[in-house]
Amino acid sequence: MDWVNAIVQGTLLGGLYALFAAGLSLIFGVMRLVNIAHGDLIVMAAYLGLTVTATVGLHPLAALAIVVPAMALIGYVLQRGLLNQTLGEDLLPPLLVTFGLSVILQNGLLEVYTADPQKMDAGALETASIAMGGLTLGVLPVLTFAIAVVVIWALQWTFYHTAVGRAFRAVSDNQDIAQLMGLNRRHVFGLAMALALGVTAIAGILLGIRTSFDPSIGGGRLIFGFEAVIIGGLGNLWGTLAGGVILGIAQTVGAKIDPGFQILAGHLAFLIILAIRPNGLFPRIAA
Amino acid sequence: MPEPILNIQGLKAFYGDFQALYGVDMYIEPGEVLAIIGANGAGKTTLMRSVTGLLSNGPGQIHFQGNDISQLRADEVAMQGLAMVPEGRQLFPSLSVKENLMIGAQVGRQGPWDLDAVYRLFPILEERKDQASTSLSGGQQQMVAIGRALMANPDLIMFDEISLGLAPIVIKDIYAALPGIINGGMSAIIVEQDIAQALKVSSRVYCLQEGRVSLEGASDKVSREEISRAYFGIE
Repeated sequence: MDWVNAIVQGTLLGGLYALFAAGLSLIFGVMRLVNIAHGDLIVMAAYLGLTVTATVGLHPLAALAIVVPAMALIGYVLQRGLLNQTLGEDLLPPLLVTFGLSVILQNGLLEVYTADPQKMDAGALETASIAMGGLTLGVLPVLTFAIAVVVIWALQWTFYHTAVGRAFRAVSDNQDIAQLMGLNRRHVFGLAMALALGVTAIAGILLGIRTSFDPSIGGGRLIFGFEAVIIGGLGNLWGTLAGGVILGIAQTVGAKIDPGFQILAGHLAFLIILAIRPNGLFPRIAA
Repeated sequence: MPEPILNIQGLKAFYGDFQALYGVDMYIEPGEVLAIIGANGAGKTTLMRSVTGLLSNGPGQIHFQGNDISQLRADEVAMQGLAMVPEGRQLFPSLSVKENLMIGAQVGRQGPWDLDAVYRLFPILEERKDQASTSLSGGQQQMVAIGRALMANPDLIMFDEISLGLAPIVIKDIYAALPGIINGGMSAIIVEQDIAQALKVSSRVYCLQEGRVSLEGASDKVSREEISRAYFGIE
């Protein structure tokens, strides 16, 4: 039963990793941008959530109503003001610029919020649990997983059933021709980054309720997000959810074997999948 | 002479240090069908890229309906009513046939062309509307590319090498559809390597050679000798 428990808990943890990864996957899919600052943006969202809960006195989940639009706006401005200038034939400039952005964000957060670990107070939600067939599941992990499924579904739906999703796909296919169709790619990229950071805000808040955080942990979240994206296959959002779940299960099963083995087990699972299936488990079918 | 819908004066175009167009002068009147011919590398595609805004030019070189569009972005030019059927179709592979057509309407211009009108012009596209655009034959893909440009309800439509890579029978079908497109008063520019075809459907013709206009005239007046001299530069 302990093993079943480890697998179930890992699956639920995978929901959080999928939320880390969804924004990365979306941005890479639309504009071939690898955002090194993604983890720090997740942490920044958590701090924004902290500020909102502390000043307005809202429950962290209610703070989403403020943090999601705020992060989306930051995403749009960041894309139009900075990242669009780095996009071109060469993949290196956006990598370097987002790396620099990561350093700036970490140090900015350090200045404003200090290095003390913080945590958001979600009250009874943090400890609530439900018994299910001999297992005890935390309400928060279950809720996180449910949110991840809904977010992935919503992104998928946006991509395939809305005008903006059509624009994302068209610009991703061929920027010049999309421009001829009256789509300003700079604006479309801005919208994609806004959507990605909106999802990042959800990930950041759920992270901040689940564990304590400080300005230095962004890099680790970036790695988990990357691993989930690669395991699942680039450009496939449901694959990203599967990737998150596989990573989560590897970690919890690893921790079950030896508590010090948790993170390493996740990385090993990632390496093994990368060695066997370099394109991930569910790559988008090449056009 | 009515005011030209598109007026190009002294157009110079560059790719970095390389100059591709050396002062091209060209105009097209409303409702006219213009042919542009020329060998590979003569500057036809560069001219198209300049007019559509994919390539930026010096100010005052291109006027569309009286407005200077030389320095507008491609999406801004498209909004003004200029659409292109690009060389090699260039459909969006991630989009279905119907979605490819719908993206053409993104500019939000009103007019006679909508999904139903395009399906009436090319009925096969309605049957295939939910298929991936890449699953169609070359000729059907060309129909999608034409339909996509029409969905923008443009005042001027430009066809870049529409017969390239298509079977002769398919080319015939595509050209047979052309009058149905242009009858609505739309102006058209046809860029072609197939000179006979281009002359047949157009009223005037320009020939480009090494980035310059080497011949200009009425399509039914220019002689074969004039064309081959302008085309190849042989005296």
